[in-house]
Amino acid sequence: MEKTVNQKAWFLVLPVLLLVAFSAVIPLMTVVNYSVQDTFGNNQFFWAGLEWFSEMLDSDRMWDALGRQLMFSCIILAIEVPLGIFVALNMPKSGVWSSLCLVLMSLPLLIPWNVVGTIWQIFGRVDIGLLGYTLDALGIDYNYTQDTLAAWITIVVMDVWHWTSLVALLAFAGLKSIPDAYYQAAKIDQASRWKVFRYIELPKMTGVLMIAILLRFMDSFMIYTEPFVVTGGGPGNATTLLSIDLVKMALGQFDLGPAAAFSLMYFLVILLISWVFYTVMTTLDKREG
Amino acid sequence: MSDATQTPVTFTAKKRKARINSSAVVMTLYLLFLLLPIYWLLNMSLKTNTEILNSFTLFPRNLTFANYATILTDPAWYLGYVNSLIYVTMNTVISLAVALPAAYAFSRYHFMGDKHLFFWLLTNRMAPPAVFALPFFQLYSSVGLFDTHIAVALAHCLFNVPLAVWILEGFMRGVPKEIDETAYLDGYGFGRFFVKIFMPLIASGIGVAAFFCFMFSWVELLLSRTLTTVDAKPIAAIMTRTQGASGVDWGVLAAAGILTIVPGALVIYFVRNYIAKGFALGRV
Repeated sequence: MEKTVNQKAWFLVLPVLLLVAFSAVIPLMTVVNYSVQDTFGNNQFFWAGLEWFSEMLDSDRMWDALGRQLMFSCIILAIEVPLGIFVALNMPKSGVWSSLCLVLMSLPLLIPWNVVGTIWQIFGRVDIGLLGYTLDALGIDYNYTQDTLAAWITIVVMDVWHWTSLVALLAFAGLKSIPDAYYQAAKIDQASRWKVFRYIELPKMTGVLMIAILLRFMDSFMIYTEPFVVTGGGPGNATTLLSIDLVKMALGQFDLGPAAAFSLMYFLVILLISWVFYTVMTTLDKREG
Repeated sequence: MSDATQTPVTFTAKKRKARINSSAVVMTLYLLFLLLPIYWLLNMSLKTNTEILNSFTLFPRNLTFANYATILTDPAWYLGYVNSLIYVTMNTVISLAVALPAAYAFSRYHFMGDKHLFFWLLTNRMAPPAVFALPFFQLYSSVGLFDTHIAVALAHCLFNVPLAVWILEGFMRGVPKEIDETAYLDGYGFGRFFVKIFMPLIASGIGVAAFFCFMFSWVELLLSRTLTTVDAKPIAAIMTRTQGASGVDWGVLAAAGILTIVPGALVIYFVRNYIAKGFALGRV
C-alpha cells in the first residue's frame, strides 16, 4: 500500500513510545550502569570500566552456558521444523476434522510455561509419571534428575511437545495459500509426491518457515521457566541455559556487575537475531505488496 | 508421504483411501503425543494423594474432586487466580489502548524514524525477561509499585505492546486506504472515524491481538514472580509452594495446573484460524 508522509503520525505512536521507554529503556540503562561499576554494598558504587566484561569473556561460565544454549536451540530446531512440516502436510485441509486438529494442536501453546514444566516433571517421574513408569517397566534406566542425557532428552522432548504445533500451524497456513491449480498442473505433469513437495509446497512455504525458524530460535534462546521447573538447571550445570544462568547470577547471588555485563552481551545477540528477523519480515511484506 | 502417492497417474478410490488413512494415522499419533501428558495431569488431579503415590493407575479408581475443592475454597489459592486475572486484564487493556493508534500510524503513514521505531519495538518483543528481571525489581521498588498488579501489568507491556502493534498493523494493512479517505471527505474527524468505522473493520484483528496479549501475560512467570510477594502473587508462583515439609501435594498441584489451562482452552475455538497469524506477529 502506498503510504503518505505525515509527521503528525508521531502523535499516534507517542503513547507506545513513552510506555515502552518506561518499561524497556530505563531498566536497560540500569543494566548498563551496573555493568561498568563495582560496589561494596551500602549503595556505594565505583567505576569499574570494562572489567566485568573482560571477566565474563574470560570465564568459562558464560561460554559453557552459551554452548549449551546453542546446542539446545539447534537440536530443537532440527526436530521441530521437519516434524512441523510433516504434520502440516498430513493435516486435514478443511471441515470439522481440520478445526478439531487446529484446536487440539494449539492447546500446548496456551499452557502457562511453568505448568508445561510441571506436566513434564510429573510425566517423567519414575514413581508417578506415565513416561517414567513405562520406561522403568521396560527396563530402561531413566532418571532426569541424576542423568545428564536423560535430563537433556526430557527438556528437548518437552520443547518439541510444547512448540512443534507452532511450526505446524505456520506451515499449514502457508500450504493453504497454494491455489488448487498448482496441484492440478502437477498432476497433469505426472509429478511425484516428492516433486510436488519440493517444487510447489516448499517454495510456497519458505516465507512462513523463515518466520517459524526465527521465532523458534529466538524463543528457545531465552527459554527459562520450563527447563528450570523440570531440572532446575541440573544435574550439576548440565541444563543450565543462558537465562537460567543469568537469573542465578543476578537474583540468586546478586552479582550485579557480572550479571549486567552478561545481560548486555546476551541482549546484543538478541538484537542481531531481531535484525535478521526484521529484514526477513520486511522483504516478505514487500514481496506481498 | 505414503507410497500410495508415488503413482499419481490416476488416483483410484482405493489409493486415495490409503493416503487419507496414512494422514489420519500420523495426525492421531501426533495428537496422542500432545494430549497424553495433559491427560496425565488431569488424571492425577482427580485422584487422592494416596492413590497417586501408592498405586499406579491409568484412570482414577476413587474419583475425587477434593483437590479442586481445596483450591476453590482456600483464599491463598484462589486469590492467585484472581491476581493473575487482574494484572492480565489490565495489561491487555493498556496494550491495546496504546497499540491501536500506533499500529494505525505505522500502517498508513511514513514519518521520521518509523522504520527504526518499528524495529526497536520488535527487539522488545524478543528481549529475554531474564535480562529485565532485576532492573524491573529495582525500578518498581523505587517508585513504590512493588507487589502491585499494575507493576506486573506494566512490566508485561515490555513484550505485549510490541506484539499488539505488530499484529494490529498486519490486520490494518489489509484495509484499503480509500475507506479512510472517503470517511474524511464525508466530514468524519479522526477520532470518530477511528472508533465508528475503522475499529469495527478490524474487529477480528483486535480480538486476536487481545487474545495474544492475554495469553502471553498469562503464561509468563519469571517477571510476575519477581515483582510480587504477597498481594499480587500470581497463581503460577503459588503453584511452586505445594512443596511443603511433608512432601509435594501432587493432587492439588495437578488440579491447579489444570485450572490454569482452562482460560486458554475456553477461547481457543474462536481464534483457531488466527493462531498462526498471531504468533507470526500478524505476518502470515
